[in-house]
Amino acid sequence: MAAVATEATAVFVMSKRFRIIRLGLVATFLLARPGGSAVLPDDRADIFYSDYKGGGMDITGESVLVRKKFSENFSVEANYFIDKVSGASIDVLSQASVIKDERKQKNISLDYIHDKTQYNFSYTDSAERDYTSNTLHFSLSQDMFGDLTTITLGFSDSRDKVGENDGSAFVPRVVWLGHAESRTYQAGVSQIVTKSLITGVTLEVISDEGYLANPYRSVRYLDLGGGGLGYGLASQVYPNTHTSTAVEGRAKYYLPYRAAASVSYRYFSDTWGVRGNTIELGYTQPISNLWILEGRVRHYNQNHATFYSDLFPFAGSQNFVARDQDLAAQTNNTIGFKATYAFLPDGWKIFKRGTASLDVSHIQFKYDDFRNIKDYNDTPAGGNYAPGAEPLYSFGATVYQIYLSMFF
Amino acid sequence: MKISITNMFRRCALAAIVIASSAFAADAGGPAPAFTLTDLAGHSGTLSQYKGQVVMVNFWATWCGPCQQEMPLLDQMYKKYKPAGFTLIGVNVDKEAPAVKELLARKPVSFPVLLDPANQVSKAYHVDEMPSSVIVDRKGQIRYIHRGYKPGDENEYQDRIRQLIRE
Amino acid sequence: MSTVMKLGVIAAVLLLDACSIQPWVKPYERDRLADPIMSWDRDVISGAYVDHIYESREGSRGGTGAAGGGCGCN
Repeated sequence: MAAVATEATAVFVMSKRFRIIRLGLVATFLLARPGGSAVLPDDRADIFYSDYKGGGMDITGESVLVRKKFSENFSVEANYFIDKVSGASIDVLSQASVIKDERKQKNISLDYIHDKTQYNFSYTDSAERDYTSNTLHFSLSQDMFGDLTTITLGFSDSRDKVGENDGSAFVPRVVWLGHAESRTYQAGVSQIVTKSLITGVTLEVISDEGYLANPYRSVRYLDLGGGGLGYGLASQVYPNTHTSTAVEGRAKYYLPYRAAASVSYRYFSDTWGVRGNTIELGYTQPISNLWILEGRVRHYNQNHATFYSDLFPFAGSQNFVARDQDLAAQTNNTIGFKATYAFLPDGWKIFKRGTASLDVSHIQFKYDDFRNIKDYNDTPAGGNYAPGAEPLYSFGATVYQIYLSMFF
Repeated sequence: MKISITNMFRRCALAAIVIASSAFAADAGGPAPAFTLTDLAGHSGTLSQYKGQVVMVNFWATWCGPCQQEMPLLDQMYKKYKPAGFTLIGVNVDKEAPAVKELLARKPVSFPVLLDPANQVSKAYHVDEMPSSVIVDRKGQIRYIHRGYKPGDENEYQDRIRQLIRE
Repeated sequence: MSTVMKLGVIAAVLLLDACSIQPWVKPYERDRLADPIMSWDRDVISGAYVDHIYESREGSRGGTGAAGGGCGCN
């Protein structure tokens, strides 16, 4: 993808996605690991490749992971992940800019089991040109009541440094704007209800403080007098604290002909006024001992944050202003399919088994109060729409994931 | 609802002590429940046919990782102590036989394996952990119950077996 | 006794009484739960990656991730 260098003031829009990646990827990666059983997971090595295309963005992800037991009670997992972003996002409000950046994340995780308790400690380091993040995480899982119940408690602490690239794609000049600190508290209960049914509830409270806005995004306000666009741009101003609560309930049921059906619902609420609902259904169908096919559908909706608006009435109308699409009222729907093939069902040399997986999903995003300015109103010549009357933004994205897992 | 906190506490403290003590908790010392099960070939096997010998009844399943880990060691132990009057019976608790057949074809053992798909014997022996090994003396009394398996446990098995063989 | 103390005592009693709850799914009945298709997340990297795709585009975050289940051995 050709990188277009405009004037020296060309801005690289680092969408908020990468901001939240630090908190999101790290937190979810850490909590999404298995825990609570009295046996450590199998030793494994994985290679992973993914590609996300949508909304003008092309993001690839590459990762390797290795997990090894050093005794029956202790294992270590190491993971390396690279995100590469390129494209021109809808967020760009200034002159045409192209995004091109790379994020590298390293993670090391230690698991220790003693009787019915599993302890996990991990450290993650994430770095890209204009953003760094370091996270420490600790959790423990306890099996109780005949191993039918598992209680998990976790805590994470993240320190981020936020910057902005004032230069260009090839001559970057990063200015560091501030810091952010995030604390996450997790509590979960997993309960086996019958021979065929397992359920779980998770509660996660995240509290951030510091520089929380995306420096590359701007808000717009109505300005019929100047510039010809009908609107003016200003910096976003975010509160410097943010606390959110998410509660998720999930259940998985074993169907007698050997298949599994799952359902989950999550409710999200934060101090910025966002309320989100996520519902997901999944179905897993093994075929013989070699194939596992899975399908999933997911629906998400949220309202907009209190200080969000696509178009403010005038400059300085509110203390806090945002036009980040993550905070807009929106829905998205996903459909995904995954096929896993056991290409080494009986093992080979030191490997007990090996699987290859292909996962394809399509996500359709629809915004209820974020308008597509880039395609319809970002130059006076292209401005066929009055500000605030541009079409609402929507786009589709396709995600491919391919990975190989070797167990030994 | 009348709740006697002292009773609750006593009951739980007792449970906690039992759980916290070693995996080798002596059972009530009662007689080992008799059973008759069939093996993969369809032949009948009973506990009583081994009366006079020291018997270890090992409860295992194809889907249980630690069970798989200890099988080769149990096999070695069986071969070693069989001449001295010891038998090991592997009671498999899988609901379906084909997986058991396939596993034993890949990783055979020399001790008898009997199938308990209806889990009657597991219930009779109050199996509350997978795997579980119940060691029965020459008179048919349960002497030791070992819950779970961690590498190194086979040494404890051997100590107990040697002790009972000498009786 | 204040309300907090009363709640504390009730919680403690329930927890203590729970020590005598017998598991209604016996360890030898956990074959289905031990089946890999019943695990919450077989593929660690993929699970985290998909979560991050959503977290970076939505206002919601957290709440996903679970532990438990499996064969309950040892």
